[in-house]
Amino acid sequence: MQRKIDYFPYLMLVPALALVMTIVAWPLIETFRLSFTNASMRRTVDYVGFKNYIEIFEDDFAEVIVRTFIWMFFGVTIKLVMGTLGAVLLNAAVPGRSLFRVLVMPPWIVPIAIGVFMWSWMYNGQFGMISGLGQRLGLLDGPFEFLAYGSSAFIATIVTDVWIGTPLVALYLLAAMQSIPKELYEAAWTDGASRFYRFRRVTLPLIAPSIATMALLSAIWTFNSFEIIWILTEGGPRGSTTTMIIDTYKTGLARFRYGEGAARAVMILVFLSAFAALYVALLVRLTRRNGAQS
Amino acid sequence: MIDKYRWYEKLAIYAGMLVFLTFILAPFVEAFVVSLRPLDQVFRVPYRFITDDMSFSAYVTMWESVPRLGRYIFNSFFISCCVTLLALSCIIPAAYSFSRFSYKGRDGLLGTFLAINMVGSAVLIIPMYKLMLNLGLLNSYFAMVLPGAAFSVPTGIFLMRSYFLRIPKELEEAAHVDGASRIYTLWRVILPVALPGIMVVAITTFISAYAQQFLFALIFNSNSDLHPLPMGLYEFFGRQRIIWNELMAASLVGITPVLLVYIFLQRYIVAGLTAGAVKE
Repeated sequence: MQRKIDYFPYLMLVPALALVMTIVAWPLIETFRLSFTNASMRRTVDYVGFKNYIEIFEDDFAEVIVRTFIWMFFGVTIKLVMGTLGAVLLNAAVPGRSLFRVLVMPPWIVPIAIGVFMWSWMYNGQFGMISGLGQRLGLLDGPFEFLAYGSSAFIATIVTDVWIGTPLVALYLLAAMQSIPKELYEAAWTDGASRFYRFRRVTLPLIAPSIATMALLSAIWTFNSFEIIWILTEGGPRGSTTTMIIDTYKTGLARFRYGEGAARAVMILVFLSAFAALYVALLVRLTRRNGAQS
Repeated sequence: MIDKYRWYEKLAIYAGMLVFLTFILAPFVEAFVVSLRPLDQVFRVPYRFITDDMSFSAYVTMWESVPRLGRYIFNSFFISCCVTLLALSCIIPAAYSFSRFSYKGRDGLLGTFLAINMVGSAVLIIPMYKLMLNLGLLNSYFAMVLPGAAFSVPTGIFLMRSYFLRIPKELEEAAHVDGASRIYTLWRVILPVALPGIMVVAITTFISAYAQQFLFALIFNSNSDLHPLPMGLYEFFGRQRIIWNELMAASLVGITPVLLVYIFLQRYIVAGLTAGAVKE
């Protein structure tokens, strides 16, 4: 082979790079620049140094960060537990499981916004299913408006997030379970291992890398989630469901304070890069353990 | 043979499936029930699940209340198809380049795509709005197609790359010996072999583009002729007095096409996940 530079592989990257650089990378850089300005609806834009960052923390932003992480923690944990249970059920060799597989996926298929419309009806206190059934079963004394109170609205947004996110986690873990060689189970069975023991000693250790991968990806997606909270509560009542994304959106686009919004967006990017670093470290470790698998 | 399920294990499995499906399908069932009620009966206290005055009339009247419903459904499909085509034309050459050649900066670029994948579209919405404004693309299909495609390219590259890596290199070497150009080899030798992988990437891109049109339409588009389904219904949803039975009927009719697509193509989706790449 001659040592001339081969341009062909670079040329093949041009369309993808052009699109991603224009639509994602440029706004990314612009976010950093804007965060140091007082950009708003006015024509003049001045650089204001770290003023926006300092003001963020004079607001209740620390509270928003804590709330975001609580929201994310519960959402991701429940999704992982339910997803693992769901994958076990999807993997069970019983008649009717292919129908079950089809019926589990709709929350992931339908547009997120439409799923959320349906949930906002479910949460309605006067006419919704949950409040109605709760009264019938004697759990509630009267109509309960789930989205009107801080803590119940917070829980309601998590439940909807779990509903949307669980199917994909379950399907992904199912794929991991199916890649486990059958011989392992047969060997364990020959040694007299019970079904639960086989799950604990064969299935769980072998899908642990997939669970870890899914935990991180799910955390990133949950962190970035916008539509669920915005349609259900717009961050209310009285800010009780305002996560970092919602707060950024409200400041930047609803109140037209682009500069302050951009500073909040930069804070989000800081957290996201921490997740990204964890994710890359995890991938590197997994590839090393599995040998040169790609 | 490995042990069969005992009766109580089977019972537990079916009970588990029932609980799972109740949670998953409850909103759909409730939406369907609401869509069958006359509006004045929708707001009935106390709550009743089934009543005797149910009818399909909301499915007729919704076409008057949401006159553009057909248009919204078309827009949703049209936008998702454009996103998929544009994304594929970026993904395939890039994934081929990443999987088949070794060159300076390759791993760095691949890592950059991976990192960009972490950033959600809502974070960048302010400068993206300015970008669309400066390019003069606001209130056009482009404003919804371009971002949709850009955010699905990184995941697509990873998925597609893992498929290309599985195709033996001998195929290209044989074509090269026969004097085929590299573009010709990619087009006529590699792509046909990779077709199942391309299908998987296309379907996952389509579904995620379909599921996530809301934000871009909300911010970049105010022309209701171009609205995708979720945004069209959101305008309807945001009115003072929501006509719930028609909203639910329209939602259910609107999601039927994509559910049919999913049912026919679901084996590709499962295959895509098994390949180890995931899409939100």
